[in-house]
Amino acid sequence: MTPEVTAFACKPREFRVSSPSDTATIASDQPPHVSLAAIFMLFFQIGVMSFGGGLLGWLYREVVERRAWLRDMDFLGGLTLAQVMPGINVTNLGIYVGSRLRGSPGAMAAVVGILSGPFVICIGMAMVYAQIQQIKGAPEFMQGVAAAAVGLFLSVGVKSIRKNIRGWQFVILIAIVVLVGIMQVPMVPVVLVLAPLSVALAWFTRDRAKGKSSDE
Amino acid sequence: MNDDDNILWALVLLFAPLSFLSIGGAASVMAPIHNQTVNVHQWLTQLEFVELFAISRAAPGPGAMLVTLIGWKVAGWWGALVATLAMLIPCSIVLFFMAKVWNRYRGTAFHTALERGLAPVGTGLIISGAIAIMRASGAGWVGLTIFAVATAVLTWRSVHPLIVLASGGVVSVAALVVFNAG
Repeated sequence: MTPEVTAFACKPREFRVSSPSDTATIASDQPPHVSLAAIFMLFFQIGVMSFGGGLLGWLYREVVERRAWLRDMDFLGGLTLAQVMPGINVTNLGIYVGSRLRGSPGAMAAVVGILSGPFVICIGMAMVYAQIQQIKGAPEFMQGVAAAAVGLFLSVGVKSIRKNIRGWQFVILIAIVVLVGIMQVPMVPVVLVLAPLSVALAWFTRDRAKGKSSDE
Repeated sequence: MNDDDNILWALVLLFAPLSFLSIGGAASVMAPIHNQTVNVHQWLTQLEFVELFAISRAAPGPGAMLVTLIGWKVAGWWGALVATLAMLIPCSIVLFFMAKVWNRYRGTAFHTALERGLAPVGTGLIISGAIAIMRASGAGWVGLTIFAVATAVLTWRSVHPLIVLASGGVVSVAALVVFNAG
């Protein structure tokens, strides 16, 4: 495992170009060409490393920030789709990212990649579960890892606010957090009401947003 | 042999319909999964179910790996594979076609409005998700502190997440040793 991880860590970030002269190519909205093997390897790596959950945080970091396979807004659109549609959020997002990059083979590569590692590791852990429980401090260690993993997850939300949320969008954001996060109203009806409202607001304010909303 | 086939079919018949209902992830169908496997089919005892749940949380990967573990417990490696695919395939097909429709409008003013409109919704769901997980975990002040510090570090410093996760684990154990509290 280690050679792979380091290979990824050392990979030059060739796509992370955002000087003004490059906006023409980026604005064309076309993701870079990525091999199926690279998609599989990235998702496999994330699947194996995602102790304590927080997979969406890993995905955002690798797909948007480090590799620039997708733009920020593109990723968030996929994320909303992935959460609102039935299915495991991360495999849904994997299908979205994979298919954006390479169509249905890309989607397959992403899903198989993200699940194959945990599939084997989970069953392996189930086999030695009784022994793990006996180690003093092991449950506490895992709780600490899990708490930090939620932090990884939330950091995506904080970064997204800084980059994408302006003006009226804060009202929608706060409404979602209060209703779904704090009051625990079921997510689907809330999204079914607020998402169309938010899109309508975006539509009617589209002229004002032009020119200044270049998040890249 | 025939018996094994029956169990594999039972796994498909249990998880494939739930796949369509799993909005927000496997967590939203956890209640019917628990009821069917423990009470109706009696494949697992209550204690076994809780153990498998704990393992699925501790291991890497999505929480839905609980489904894989149930399949494994019930019918070995084939059971694990069949249960996973039954949970995965139906909803994935739906999502794949939704993504296709979604991408068809790419580049239009409508699509730009969709993205700008959904940005606060997606961001709000991330934050809500973090709140929900922390609440469900029943973490004490040690857990909440680790969570808050990890969030800040991962937002404003470029540290590899694995380092932050491992530090979280170490701090949690240290707190146990020092304060004798969880």
